[in-house]
Amino acid sequence: MKASDIIKNGLIKENPTWVLVLGMCPTLATTTSAVNGMCMGLATAFVLTMSNIVISLLKSVIPDKVRIPAFIVVIATFVTIVQLVMQAYLPDLYDTLGLFIPLIVVNCVVLGRAEAFASKNNVWHSLLDGLFMGLGFTWALTLVGLVRELLGGGSVFGHSLIGGNDGMLLFILAPGGFLVLGFLMALVNSIQKKS
Amino acid sequence: MAKKAQSTLINMLLSLTMIAVVAAAALAFVSYITAAPIAEAQKAKKEAAVKAVLPAFDKIEETDIDGIACTKAYGSDGNLVGMAIEASSEKGFGGHLGAMVGFDTEGNITGYQILQTAETPGLGAKAGEWFQKGNKGDVIGMNPSTELKVKKDGGSVDAISGSTITSRAFCELINNAYNIFQKGGNE
Repeated sequence: MKASDIIKNGLIKENPTWVLVLGMCPTLATTTSAVNGMCMGLATAFVLTMSNIVISLLKSVIPDKVRIPAFIVVIATFVTIVQLVMQAYLPDLYDTLGLFIPLIVVNCVVLGRAEAFASKNNVWHSLLDGLFMGLGFTWALTLVGLVRELLGGGSVFGHSLIGGNDGMLLFILAPGGFLVLGFLMALVNSIQKKS
Repeated sequence: MAKKAQSTLINMLLSLTMIAVVAAAALAFVSYITAAPIAEAQKAKKEAAVKAVLPAFDKIEETDIDGIACTKAYGSDGNLVGMAIEASSEKGFGGHLGAMVGFDTEGNITGYQILQTAETPGLGAKAGEWFQKGNKGDVIGMNPSTELKVKKDGGSVDAISGSTITSRAFCELINNAYNIFQKGGNE
């Protein structure tokens, strides 16, 4: 397998959000603004990269029957590290995202890549897979957040475009999350099919 | 590639134990490093909230009334100028709603700042600005000796449009804070 294939898979061809449709819970819950989506994506990318590296290193010493609990312990460790570090050094960000950080543990993107990729491939490829799957997840979440923030709050990355207007609230709420995700998924996939 | 470990009982026990031990050690280390900055960040946040809700003060003193954290503020002459109380209500739309509420010595509201909220973004989450001075639901300067209520319930507070539940919870929170203030504000 070539490194460029792994990169392309993560970002586009097997994008966790648009193509694999994994990890929908944080995707819908945290994308109320572009910044929130991006930060959640980056936190997930970090956990994904680190857990992929460690699991790839340990793959030969973890017996098959206990691999899932072993993966979960590794993933939960990195998530807790992210949570503590964010709480200590980025308290404002932690206030908005804090609720969702522990949920990275049960994000199926992370466990899915551990099971489908890192437990079968070498460390270098697992690192690349984790990093670019994570970045694929990040750009998808940022895009969903951007559209929802624009339609729902009339602002882009927190900069208001239409002063004094509240925008269409629906898009900040849960139903808007589903709508935006669905339409964007159709759009991204149709563009990809054509090319 | 090395041969994969077999799923024997001893292998499973060993590998899981080792992973758990290493994970615990890593977490203990990170927790040790971050403990001080986390405590500092929380303290800074609280102090900023106290400053935001109280009139100018020289010295603060933390107390505890019925298990609720309170901060008494004293002016340059040593007299009490106000009190900040960390109150909460469990009746918010998203459950727990917590805020720092400031009172002057007469019990008039001098300010508030939402600390914990799970209210709906765009609706109930507006509580952070809605009840501030000059905004539609302005409660600053009101005295909760007559219980604070939204207009729908016969009170004088303008509820957030579309978020009566949040507004009721907010009024309850203020009333809770006032009760604590009455127990300890005059000492």
